[in-house]
Amino acid sequence: MNDDSSEKMTCCQDVGRRRFLTKVTMALSAVIGAIVALPAVAFVLAPLFKKHEEVWRDVGPTSDFVAGTTKLVSFRDATSLPWAGASTKTAAWVRHLEEGSFSAFSVNCTHLGCPVRWIEGGGLFMCPCHGGVYYADGKVAAGPPPKPLPQYQVRAREGRVEVLTAPIPITTVDPLMKLKQKKGSASQS
Amino acid sequence: MIRRLAKNAWDWFDDRTGVSKTIWPIMTHLVPPGATWWYVFGSATLCAFAVQVVSGVVLAMSYVPSAESAYESLQYITNEAQFGSFMRGMHYWGAGTMVLMVGIHMTQVFLSGAFKFPRELTWLSGIVLLGLVLGMAFTGQLLRWDQNAIWSVILAAEAAGRAPFVGDWIAQLILGGETLGGATLSRFYVIHVFVIPGLMITMIGAHLYLVLRNGISEPPVKGKPVDPETYREEYEEEIEKHGVPFFPDSAWRDVVFALGVVLAIACAAFFIGPPTLDPPPDPSVIEAQPRPDWYFLWMFAIMALMPAGLENFAIIFGPVFVGSVLIGLPFIFGKGERHPARRPWAVGVVIVTFACIGGFWLAGVRSNWSPNFKAEPLSAEIVGVETGPVAEGAVLFHAQGCLNCHLIDGKGGRRGPNLTDVGDRLTHDAMVIRVMNGGHNMPAFASILTPDELERIVAFLQSRTLKKISD
Repeated sequence: MNDDSSEKMTCCQDVGRRRFLTKVTMALSAVIGAIVALPAVAFVLAPLFKKHEEVWRDVGPTSDFVAGTTKLVSFRDATSLPWAGASTKTAAWVRHLEEGSFSAFSVNCTHLGCPVRWIEGGGLFMCPCHGGVYYADGKVAAGPPPKPLPQYQVRAREGRVEVLTAPIPITTVDPLMKLKQKKGSASQS
Repeated sequence: MIRRLAKNAWDWFDDRTGVSKTIWPIMTHLVPPGATWWYVFGSATLCAFAVQVVSGVVLAMSYVPSAESAYESLQYITNEAQFGSFMRGMHYWGAGTMVLMVGIHMTQVFLSGAFKFPRELTWLSGIVLLGLVLGMAFTGQLLRWDQNAIWSVILAAEAAGRAPFVGDWIAQLILGGETLGGATLSRFYVIHVFVIPGLMITMIGAHLYLVLRNGISEPPVKGKPVDPETYREEYEEEIEKHGVPFFPDSAWRDVVFALGVVLAIACAAFFIGPPTLDPPPDPSVIEAQPRPDWYFLWMFAIMALMPAGLENFAIIFGPVFVGSVLIGLPFIFGKGERHPARRPWAVGVVIVTFACIGGFWLAGVRSNWSPNFKAEPLSAEIVGVETGPVAEGAVLFHAQGCLNCHLIDGKGGRRGPNLTDVGDRLTHDAMVIRVMNGGHNMPAFASILTPDELERIVAFLQSRTLKKISD
C-alpha cells in the first residue's frame, strides 16, 4: 500500500518535473537563439536606420556650363566606403537654362532606374531599357515612367557648380495614398 | 595481405559508422519497375548543383568580393588564371543548366501527377528549391560585378520598391544603403555564397528524405486515380511484388544522363566559354543597356511589354500569384487521375505556359522596345534627295531623336511604328497632328519643334512612300 502510493508519487512527480524541464529547455533555447539572432538581424537591417547623409559635391567651374546646354556630370555619393571603388560614382544631367539658373536631373529613370540619355536635338531624356522619354523639364513625355525625372539640388557658388547628393530615387507605391487621392478627387467633383 | 588489411580496415570503419546498415538499404531501396528515362531530371539537377558547388568554391578562391576589386579579380580569373576561363564557363553554363533542369523536372512531375498524395511536401520542398535556384541565378549574375550587374541591382531595387508599404525598405536592403556602394556587392556575395547555398543543401536533404519516405512515384496509369484511403497500401504491395533496387537498376540511367549533362556543360565552358565582361561597374557611365542572362530574358520582356497601368499591380501580385498557384497545387488537386491523357487541363496549362515563356523569350531576344541610340543619320540614298526640305527634314528626323524609335528602310529603332511607307498611310495634316500631340509611347513635339522644323519633318515623312519607288 505504502509502496504503491510512493510509486504513484514518484511517477507524478516525474511527470511534473519533466513538463517543467521541457519548458525550461525550450525557454532557454529560445534565449540562446535570441542572443545570437537579434544582433545579427540588427546588423543586417542596419542600412535602414543609418543617418541620412547629404553633401554638396563640386562638379566643375560654372564656365564649363554654357547657358542653354545640358551636360552630364559625375560625382561621388555621400556614403563612400573606402573599398567601394567606382560603384559610388553617380551621374546627373546639369542644365544651365539662362544665365545663373541651373537644374540637375537624376540619370535614373523612374520606371526601373536605368540611365537616361539626353537627346540634344529633340531636347528629350530617353531611357534605353523600355523607351521611357522625358521632356527637358523632366516631365514624362512618353512610355512607362510613372513619375517625372527626379531632380538634385544644384547651386552655383564662387564660380563652381555644386550638386547636393541624394539617395537613388526609388519609385514607391503607397496604396493608402492612392486611395486618399481618389477620395479627395471624388469629394472635389 | 594488403587485401586482408583493407578488408579489416573497412570492417572496422563499417562497424563503427554502420554505413552498410544505413546507407546501403537507402541506395538499394525498391523503386517501381517502370521508373525509366522520365525519372532522370531530378538527379540531373542535383548533378548540376554539384557542378555549381565545385566550380563556385574554386572561383571563390580568386574572386575578391569588394566593390572596388571584384571586376579586376574577374578579369584575372578570365584572362590570366590557369583554367580560370574554363571554371567561369562551367559555373555560367552550369547555372543555366540548373535553371533548365529544374524547369524540366518540375514540368515532368506536374504532367505525371507525381505531386499528388502522399507527395505534397516533396512538391512544396521542390517549389522552395525552385525559388532558391532562381535566387542563385539572379545574385550570381550580379557577382559578375560589371556595368550590366550594377544596373541590374538598381533595376531590382526599383522593382522591389513597388511593393506596398515596405518597398522603400526592401530597396534599401537590396542596395545595402541609399545608394550603390561598398556594401552592395558584399551583401550579394554573402547571399550567393553562404545564405542560399546553406538553405539549398538543407532543402535538398529534405527533398531527398521525402522521396525516400514516400517512395518514387510509379508511372501514371490511365484510369487509376490516387485514392488517399488505399494508395499507400497499393503502392507498398506493388513495390514488394515488382519493385527493383534503385541502385543499380534505376541509378544507371541517372548516371548516364548526368554524364551527358556534365559533358554538355564542360563542352560549352570549353568551346564557348564564360560570358564576356561588360565595361567596369561605374554608375556614372550611362552608355549602358542592362539585360539579364538568357534564362531571365522572358521576365525582362514581360516587364517591358506590360501595359503601364498594370505594372505596380503585376510586379507584386504576379510573383505572389504564381507562388500561390504552385504552393496550392498539391492541396487542391491532391487526388484523382495522374495520367496526363486524363488531365487535359494540366496539359493545356503546360502548353500555354511554355508558349508564353517562349514568346516572351523571343521578344526579349529582339528587345524591340529599346530605342536605338546608335542610329546613324540617314544616307542620301535612303532619303532620295540631297537638298531641299525633304533632305533637311531627314536630318532633323535624326537629330530630334525620331530615328531612335522609328524605322526608315531598315535603319533606326523599332520601338515605334515603321515609317518607311508612312507617306502612303497618313495625310500631311494627320502627320502634323500626330507629331504635335504625340501618343502614349511618343513625346508631343509641339513645344519642341518650330513650325518650320515641323514642316520639314512632315515633308520628309510625306516623301516616305513605296509608290514613289515603284514609279
